[in-house]
Amino acid sequence: MQNEASEGKAKASVLKDYLGQFARTGNLGFIAILAVCTVLPFVSNDYWALIATRAAIYWVLVSGLNLVVGYAGQLAIGYVALLTLGAYTTSVLVAGNVLPALPSFLALLIAGGVGSLFGVIVGLPALRLRTFYFAMSTLGFATIVTQIALAWQNVTGGGIGIVGPEFPAPFNTPWGFYTLCILFAIFSTWITHNIAHSQHGRALVAIRDAEVAAEACGIYKPYALVKVFVVAGMLAGVSGGLFATLQTYITPDAFTFELSVLFFISILIGGRGSILGPMLGTIILTLLPEVAAPLAAWSNFLYAVLLLIIVLVVPGGIGALIDFKNKRPLESDREIVPNINIFNNLGLNLPSKGSLVLRNIDLRFGALYAINGLSLEVHSGQIHGLIGPNGSGKTTTLNAISGYYEPNKGEMQFWGVELPPGLSHLRSGCGIARTFQTPKIVGEASVIDNVMIGAVKFNEASFIEVALSLPRHKADEVRLHAAALDMLSAVGLRELAYVRADRLQHSELRFVEIARALISKPKLLMLDEPAAGLSVTEIGRLGEMIQAISKAGVAVLLVEHHADLIFDICDYVTVLNFGKALASGSPDTVRSNKEVVSAYLGS
Amino acid sequence: MFETIFVSGLAMGAIYALVGISYNTMFSTSRVMSFTAGQVGMLGGVFGSLYMIAWGLPIWVGLPMVLLSCALIGVVTEYVAVRPVLKSLDQHLYVLSTLALALMIQQVTAIKWGTEPKAFPRLFNLGSDIWDEKFWIPVIACGLTIVALEYVYRYTLVGRAFVAIAEDNMAAQALGLPERNLRIVSYALAGAIGGLAGFSGGELILAFFANGAVLNFYGFVPVALGGLGNNKGAVLGGLALGLFQQAANFLVGGIFASVAVFTLFIVVLLFAPQGLFSSTSMRRV
Repeated sequence: MQNEASEGKAKASVLKDYLGQFARTGNLGFIAILAVCTVLPFVSNDYWALIATRAAIYWVLVSGLNLVVGYAGQLAIGYVALLTLGAYTTSVLVAGNVLPALPSFLALLIAGGVGSLFGVIVGLPALRLRTFYFAMSTLGFATIVTQIALAWQNVTGGGIGIVGPEFPAPFNTPWGFYTLCILFAIFSTWITHNIAHSQHGRALVAIRDAEVAAEACGIYKPYALVKVFVVAGMLAGVSGGLFATLQTYITPDAFTFELSVLFFISILIGGRGSILGPMLGTIILTLLPEVAAPLAAWSNFLYAVLLLIIVLVVPGGIGALIDFKNKRPLESDREIVPNINIFNNLGLNLPSKGSLVLRNIDLRFGALYAINGLSLEVHSGQIHGLIGPNGSGKTTTLNAISGYYEPNKGEMQFWGVELPPGLSHLRSGCGIARTFQTPKIVGEASVIDNVMIGAVKFNEASFIEVALSLPRHKADEVRLHAAALDMLSAVGLRELAYVRADRLQHSELRFVEIARALISKPKLLMLDEPAAGLSVTEIGRLGEMIQAISKAGVAVLLVEHHADLIFDICDYVTVLNFGKALASGSPDTVRSNKEVVSAYLGS
Repeated sequence: MFETIFVSGLAMGAIYALVGISYNTMFSTSRVMSFTAGQVGMLGGVFGSLYMIAWGLPIWVGLPMVLLSCALIGVVTEYVAVRPVLKSLDQHLYVLSTLALALMIQQVTAIKWGTEPKAFPRLFNLGSDIWDEKFWIPVIACGLTIVALEYVYRYTLVGRAFVAIAEDNMAAQALGLPERNLRIVSYALAGAIGGLAGFSGGELILAFFANGAVLNFYGFVPVALGGLGNNKGAVLGGLALGLFQQAANFLVGGIFASVAVFTLFIVVLLFAPQGLFSSTSMRRV
């Protein structure tokens, strides 16, 4: 009876947190903008209808681009090319230059498809290469599309241009078309909002700010990026079709590169990782030339100046400037007190006992042996300590197990199954989780979002279900949110759940990483120097926590320099030196080993 | 026919290679790829036309002035768009700051110089047909630049300091090399090389504000193909690109030549992300 009541209470608190998050994501701003859009037709004239329609059309593109730029951090600077492509596809199909003339809405749909396709093609370099290449490939694409539009005269009309499509009644009046564009804008806001506030959105941010950790959490960058390229390309294509109607007549001149810059600045002004901010940015930048009409010739120059100023002065955008909640000071002498008792209730104890087995692992960098014939075993419910001087291959061992490095020789078995070398993004699915020597955290996301990144593999809803916010997606979110809160309670950071992670202390980040690792319910937890930078009391609590995790049934591989911690809590210790196991056994045997003493003390 | 494709391909390739070298020169001291590279190339043509046709100066005054003006733009780039964002290199803000500056240059040129391509002076009035100077000046300029750079890098103290900084910036600073000054010098040098690209190719691509964006992309392709910071790769890549582009131009027409270049760019990058002539890879964890 009492149990039920407390459970109900817990559910209520989860719901409250969830609603709180809903309000925090700025939904009031959206409602205000929507109200203005609704009132506008009754209080103004056709001139404003045109401007508001243009803002809505731009937003359809920017909302998708925002996922690419603001969330995934990919600098797509030439998105005007996809706008051009959408505009010409729709116009040409409706005009019937190539195929029999199609109805406008069907043409618009096809433009969305073409946009998706090219969104992915242009994005291909981003999957493997550094940021600048992607920027360049989108820029090159923008240059080329304009050239083609000019040269391919019998289809595009070349420099003379082509008539834009017209939509059937009731969308053929200024306010009718305005309504249509607003509907598209609402739709694109809705789906990008759903994606951004889902595991997919968090995965994108993780790729942007902590790519290596994202892989360990099971996020596969190419897959995650291609999905948003499809969405962003589709929205850009549709936006292009609407743009062609707005212009009534399109020539290649209508698609200057400065439009791309406008889209880009809208996002930068708004701030990354926000949807309301870029929406405001789009509205402001669409209005700007109308207000500053005398400067028309210089308006493109001013956009460029604006871009430079934003980058140099406020790289965080308006979003960072008005984020008052995160300017409130945190309590200064905070203590992390893990809740040892609840580790048994976190669902960590798995039915299957097993072990990680490494046999004769060799890993060379050039001629240097980082690991030389290493064998070790870690069993569930056991803490295995890995110690050794700097450069002895401890972290390299973890990296080989995590799949960041491929061993040159030897085998790795995990719960009786061969671990494929490399393929770091598949490790989380196998049941391997880890922390890093320097915490790899998404500083701009809240603590709880960081923890939820660890649970990507538990997502049940597909990408489409997420985009359309279907019931399975909502269930995922509520479930993972509750699980993340549980993990934070366990490691003692429940109070800081909604704080931006970059405001936490270094020691707290280590515990966030542990919570992120635990939420994936790992069979094996690898901790890379978790005690570095912690106070003596904190180290004591960390030790108790690791023991509790191990008692719950998790296999723990612990790399550490604090010998006290190792000898206090480990069941088994391996000492590495120059990539070789110097000694291994129970803490007592190792401690009395002469070679170990000499390797450490140099005598 | 074949000869025309060949010489025009070589000439365009040499222009792209020079822009590529300009990218590399900036990259080597700052780890920054600057979008101003193509714009400075464009300015080489515009300044050349301005000084020599509008102002009527002879080449031995005009050329040094062009190089000097473009070097100045290079230095401005370093101060305005590169230095402020060097601290946070990993955020790639330089992509945006140099893009902003590049667009500012392009806009000012469009407004002050005009949006129509204008004539570039005939420099020496030598040759005709395939031996026309307009095909060979860029090739000779590219060759001379390579020889001069090799000499500087190998045999002068400043050049060796450049190499040291390109190799390991931190270590070079620890040795007491004036890293900041050398960076400014490298940006000035990159500006002059970019200017030379536009000036030597002026008779082919004219003095046209929109050349900037085109040179930005076609100048970057050889860098990507040859590997970042690799001048030899940039020259080979540039010449190959020029020949490929001109051949495609004649064989399948202008539209598909651009498509072919773009496809080539994407495909090569996907299969050889570090470029064709470079084998460095970075440690990630």
